Amino acid sequence: MSAKCASDLVRLSGATCRYGEQAVLVDVDLAVAPRDFIGVVGPSGSGKTTLLKAMMGTVGLAAGTAQRRPGLRVAYVPQVETVDWSFPITVDECVLMARPGRRVPWTSRAERGEAALLLERLGLEGLGGRHIRELSGGQQQRVFIARALLREPELLLLDEPTSGVDVRLRHEVLHLLDDLNATGLAIVITTHDLNGIAAHLPRVICLNRMVIGAGRPHDVLTPAVLERTYGATMDVLDHAGMPVIVDGFHHHPRAGAEHPIEGRMAT
Amino acid sequence: MIDELLRPFQYEFFRNGLAVATLAGALCGTVGVYVVLKGMSYIGHGLAHAIFGGFAASALLGVSFVLGAGAWGVASALMINGVARRRVIGADAAIGVITTASFAFGLALVSLFGTTGQSFDAALFGSILGVSGGDVALVAAVAAATGGLIFVRFRALLFTTFDPEVADVSGVDTARIDALLMVALAGSILATMQVLGVTLVAATLVIPPTVARMLTNSFSRMLVLSTGVGAACGFVGMSLSYHLDVQSGPAIVLVGATVFAGTFAITGAPGRRRAGGIGARIGARRPGG
Repeated sequence: MSAKCASDLVRLSGATCRYGEQAVLVDVDLAVAPRDFIGVVGPSGSGKTTLLKAMMGTVGLAAGTAQRRPGLRVAYVPQVETVDWSFPITVDECVLMARPGRRVPWTSRAERGEAALLLERLGLEGLGGRHIRELSGGQQQRVFIARALLREPELLLLDEPTSGVDVRLRHEVLHLLDDLNATGLAIVITTHDLNGIAAHLPRVICLNRMVIGAGRPHDVLTPAVLERTYGATMDVLDHAGMPVIVDGFHHHPRAGAEHPIEGRMAT
Repeated sequence: MIDELLRPFQYEFFRNGLAVATLAGALCGTVGVYVVLKGMSYIGHGLAHAIFGGFAASALLGVSFVLGAGAWGVASALMINGVARRRVIGADAAIGVITTASFAFGLALVSLFGTTGQSFDAALFGSILGVSGGDVALVAAVAAATGGLIFVRFRALLFTTFDPEVADVSGVDTARIDALLMVALAGSILATMQVLGVTLVAATLVIPPTVARMLTNSFSRMLVLSTGVGAACGFVGMSLSYHLDVQSGPAIVLVGATVFAGTFAITGAPGRRRAGGIGARIGARRPGG
């Protein structure tokens, strides 16, 4: 956790969230400063999405506080699995719906120009008239990032942006986010991808209802923290100064007895 | 032939009925786009039944049908919206409980005290005979108010319908937008009940958007097409109602069903694919995920 700082965009202190009787987040402290790029990792049901919602203020806290800098512009990119792909909407309509302020249904020339520039920047030029379902997985992800960016946010929250995409698209998304972060945008993403995403980020939080570890990947992605986070044994190798997480399943007495393996990449 | 087609226009009741049917078709076609895309098609059917409770109560008490049933309908719509938004129970369950209870209340009132003034057959199945100039003005006023709402809050309505959670984060007051939509829906049903009746109102909310969805992948075009299809079905259905001597409600709905069947056949597999997922909202988000 970073030291308390007046310029923090969002600060959660002792944040606890419940769905009914079930505690989903317990006593979480987290501060996001401008230009931060944070990855939140943890198993399914560990509270990653709820953490993002607590930061946005769309879920109530049972205890603790969530402070957002007054006037903070937050944008959110949901998991693609939660998108209604049958909804009749083109890329242009999807991106421009987030543009605030205008009181007439049609778009102005300036708005269309702004959207076209953004789509071009994200490699989506010429696709404005397409239905969102007609795009590839990476393009679909970038449409929702474009919609978020049109609001000129200071903090971008992404829920599993690389879920279900192949290695090339994962690199695409990661490079895009890296470029955006370099322009000063603070980013928080949740991910299951320890090696492909989390290990590449400046700061990682291991979450399993509570914060198990937080800091640089090299300091946090350790066998002890990962075992407490995932409840499973994992080995961590060093590759050119970067942690590489290896599934420790082969340590099971019966595992690999007939077909020994060195280890499997954790997902 | 032309003379025969134009002959009913000499009667004021027909002109009023035709105006109400066309305006009501356009109105329900417009509001229906949001209702169907939110996966709440059943709400039209339910709210019409709920308003019947208000209709019975206002007839019994001798107060204005518009005020009594209107207030009842708006209250029911807001109650459904409130229960559904808080996720106490699912939207479909909320609609089922609130509207059927209201309909049963209306029937109980009729059984206990009988009726005065209003025709309950007309309320259930629609009739053009009782359509007055005041009814035309009512539908026109509701259509103007609803059109105005959609005009000035177009993006907020679209954002709330497509992605309510992100809309909320993006500064859209989704609770207010949902409530406004519910009020517009209750007003549309109230204004339409006179010609369509309680039992058939839902069709005008569902058929035009479904036909429009088969024809386009764009939300804006779907809105325009659905409004046009609704208006055309109202106009043609009401005309046929006079010439074939059948009730206005069934005539309008059967025209809509014919248009649906024709569009379904003409657009082929692409149209069916587009309409296939209509109203099938994404699953509930996993808590704690």
